[in-house]
Amino acid sequence: MDNLQAIMPMLIVTLAAAATMLAESFRLKDERMPLGGLGLIGLVGAAAASILLWNRNTTSFGVVQSDNFALFINFVLVAVGILTILLSSQVIDREELPAGEYYSLVLFSIAGMMLMAAATDLLLIFLALEVMSLAVYVLTGIRRTDAAGTEAAFKYFLLGAFSSAFFLYGVAFTYAIVHSTRLEAVALAVAGRSDVSGPLTWLAVGLLLVGFAFKVSAVPFHMWTPDAYEGAPTVVTGFMSTGVKAAAFAAFVRVFLSSFEPLRGEWVTVLSWIAVATMVVGTVVGVAQSNVKRMLAYSSIAHAGYLLVGIIAGNASGKSAILFYLLAYALTNVGAFGVTALLATRERPRGDLADFAGLWHSRPVMAALMTIFLLSLGGFPPTAGFVAKWYVFGAAVQEQLYGLAIIGVLTSVVSVFYYLRIVVLMYMTDSRAEYEPPRLTATGLATLGVAAATVFYLGVLPARVIELATRSIDTIF
Amino acid sequence: MNNAAHFPLLSLILFTPLAGAILLLFVNKRSENAIRWIANIFAAAGFLASLPLWFWYDTKSPAWQFVEKLPWIPSIGAQYFLGVDGFSVLLILLTTMMGVIAVLSSWTAITTRVKEYYVFLLVLQTGMIGAFVSLDFLLFFLFWEVMLVPMYFLIGIWGSDRRLYSAIKFFLYTLAGSVVMLLGILAIYFSYHTMTGVWTFDVTEFQRFNLDRNLQWWVFLAFFLGFAIKVPMFPFHTWLPDAHTDAPTAGSVILAAVLLKMGTYGFIRFSLPILPDASREFVPMIAVLSIIGIVYGALVAMAQRDWKRLVAYSSVSHMALVMLGMFALNPAGLKGSIIQQLNHGISTGALFLIVGIVYERRHTRMISEYTGLSSVMPVYAAVFMFMMLSSIGLPGLNGFVGEFLILQGVFVVSKAWAAVAATGIVLGAAYMLWLYQRTMFGTVENPKNEKLPDLNLREVATFVPLMIMALWIGLYPKPFLDFLDTSVGAVVARVSPQYSGQAVTKQADCPENVAVNKFVLAGCETPAAAPAAPPPPGNVQPAPGSTPPPATPLKTTGGQ
Repeated sequence: MDNLQAIMPMLIVTLAAAATMLAESFRLKDERMPLGGLGLIGLVGAAAASILLWNRNTTSFGVVQSDNFALFINFVLVAVGILTILLSSQVIDREELPAGEYYSLVLFSIAGMMLMAAATDLLLIFLALEVMSLAVYVLTGIRRTDAAGTEAAFKYFLLGAFSSAFFLYGVAFTYAIVHSTRLEAVALAVAGRSDVSGPLTWLAVGLLLVGFAFKVSAVPFHMWTPDAYEGAPTVVTGFMSTGVKAAAFAAFVRVFLSSFEPLRGEWVTVLSWIAVATMVVGTVVGVAQSNVKRMLAYSSIAHAGYLLVGIIAGNASGKSAILFYLLAYALTNVGAFGVTALLATRERPRGDLADFAGLWHSRPVMAALMTIFLLSLGGFPPTAGFVAKWYVFGAAVQEQLYGLAIIGVLTSVVSVFYYLRIVVLMYMTDSRAEYEPPRLTATGLATLGVAAATVFYLGVLPARVIELATRSIDTIF
Repeated sequence: MNNAAHFPLLSLILFTPLAGAILLLFVNKRSENAIRWIANIFAAAGFLASLPLWFWYDTKSPAWQFVEKLPWIPSIGAQYFLGVDGFSVLLILLTTMMGVIAVLSSWTAITTRVKEYYVFLLVLQTGMIGAFVSLDFLLFFLFWEVMLVPMYFLIGIWGSDRRLYSAIKFFLYTLAGSVVMLLGILAIYFSYHTMTGVWTFDVTEFQRFNLDRNLQWWVFLAFFLGFAIKVPMFPFHTWLPDAHTDAPTAGSVILAAVLLKMGTYGFIRFSLPILPDASREFVPMIAVLSIIGIVYGALVAMAQRDWKRLVAYSSVSHMALVMLGMFALNPAGLKGSIIQQLNHGISTGALFLIVGIVYERRHTRMISEYTGLSSVMPVYAAVFMFMMLSSIGLPGLNGFVGEFLILQGVFVVSKAWAAVAATGIVLGAAYMLWLYQRTMFGTVENPKNEKLPDLNLREVATFVPLMIMALWIGLYPKPFLDFLDTSVGAVVARVSPQYSGQAVTKQADCPENVAVNKFVLAGCETPAAAPAAPPPPGNVQPAPGSTPPPATPLKTTGGQ
């Protein structure tokens, strides 16, 4: 039983997923079932388990470690999951998606994400990555009749499979050098030996880096992102742009800042250039987009760049900054995609920028919510996004990485330009007569309202969460 | 530091407008008059709440007053730390007064989306006051950024012609400057921690702290970008004419009267005392840019055909004079600079109101559309005359006092600068008088102007306080100058200690204050301390170019 403690959160989510699938299979045709409720119960259970495990630093089978770092990511994932499920019900009805499959896929991928954040063995990280990714591939293409969705899923799947192969190669090379895939064994081996530096090590580190860079959509491995984000149903885009990123960054931090920390000299330069390219491409290309989902896709690329700055800084504040950033970004981005999703109709599912024109006149509350999320994405006080950016760039300044910090803040200014474009459309342009955006449901309003309130809370009184994030990194590094 | 009142007065001043904004959110948007009344009442309440500052502020005490200090984000050392000195008291009073006037002046000018308009105006008010009362650098930055959003909406929604372009230009320009400033703040924060082991954003601590000279130089540049864009100094002024011209009247008034003061406030509150060595090194650059700004702004103003644009360029010229006086770095120059900031708020704010009144009636700002208005709108013409004279610095009105002090301060430093600055003032008289002549005198040629109604009671009410202030500062500036003694003394003691001995002994009794204020202490004990005096032993830096690698206790993993 002791071995099961650390995997309890993932176990609960997996059980909820299985229950959802079973319920779906027993569902009569046209019978309505609150399948999302099962998922919510599972996620709340996972959160409760995570709270109970807090500070206990339990281990399962020697390869899963539920330290505070993993548990913090669990909370982020639970928040993402709950918001996604609440926002989904309306979309599922509208698009006639298969509810049971949808919810269970969301839950399975969350279980994979949680496992990815807690795994301390490279092979297990790979398995978790696949559990998460496969579910997300399917979710991307869940609108089977939709050509764009299918294309997006296919692209995502092909490139994702490539990246998995890269990652697996990296694991293999690591094994060749240190004869183990356990992270602590890797750490010991690379720290204790002076001859680890060499072509084989470069290959191992480089391939792992490519694998992670794909998953966090860092330039130049970001090509799949805009297409996949645009083609997927918008709620799913919100889910994968935050959940996948949180899990991938958690594993990234764990692998590179604990195991491969001694080899920092080998990877930090490459990663710095990747970060610069990611921030610049994410913002500059984002300016040219005419579709909200594509624009937010590029924005998510830029945010990956800011998070990479935290990894490059690599100090205590950098690590806790990454945790805080992931939470702030998750709430904000799910919110922004949520508004976009609830604005779409069956006839207009794409999220054209023009759909936002004059939204303030027809749906003032939605316009206000969207503005809050966009300001937070742009890093404006008093929102969560500001504190997050401040924290990450602060870590960079602390390590005297002034170049990265300056590029970071300047690209955020440019990114504000495209966030403002939506605001301009919503508030300062007249609406187009032929398009009447749907009303906000009570659930939608409550969900987005809570997300927006939390964004403000984290922006005005971030002290408690910053403290949690700071304590979360004590246990593993 | 003290809080004589034992009452969170500053928080009250700060949050009264915000409370009004939140209340407005719950008012039905169709009851527009109720909304207008609520907004006016809360603006007036904010002004009344700030009045005790005038009476209760102890001008003799050099300490920070009305201090409030609460932990905000303890793990990084950020505090909810409010406090004022004489300089910020004057700016707060200016802000709350202009807030009342701006809200009152919008009564008939704004007819669409009234509720949102007043919400943004009141939130803006809180942001501005917050920047003036914050003594925590992070808190200051928060308010500094918060101001941008409502102003952006005010220009973008209720502006004229090219409002979208102007709003975005305003937003991005200011944002670009302020994020670089944020990096400067972080550099000080970490440097302070490396030296003392304390995480804090406490501005009063930073002002006592001797930063490495090389780092000062970089941080000054970072701050300069943030503040100079806001002032705006030549060549960063290009956003200002657009933003001013397209903003609604109240927006222009607030922008001119208060928002531009954020930049000069930043220089005096942060750049000069925290980075004294760098400030001295940058004097020539800033002086040259200011002189260019004075002359260039005046010449361009003369060439304008758009009334509001003319006033906007006159702002560039006047604010450049403010900067020149400030960077004379002596008591007269600094005091003049601050008084001139108030004057600029009063007279330029009034001039924008004046344009707004004809714009509301005629919906054009072209100077050529108006001739001979003095015959149809005599009261209006009289008010305009008064404010124009105040703006060009007629003795007996406020502008003269500020300009005189600034020139006095600048003259000590360089006679050539003072000469060019004086030329700029003459040019200022030229374009304003010419504007007055073109619009007010002569005969009414445009038939649309024949029936223009003169000022009504509400409009007169918006001008009366400004005229009283202009007269008061012009005839009897002593109370205002008294407010500045200790705060200017503190800044001068940091940035040019050679003046502070005389300044302090003249204006305050040194030994009495020694125990209370370390700035004054420095000035008293070492009046001759040259700028090149080495920093205190604890803060000696190994070499320029690098602060030592931060060996913070938090850092557990190895470096590169």
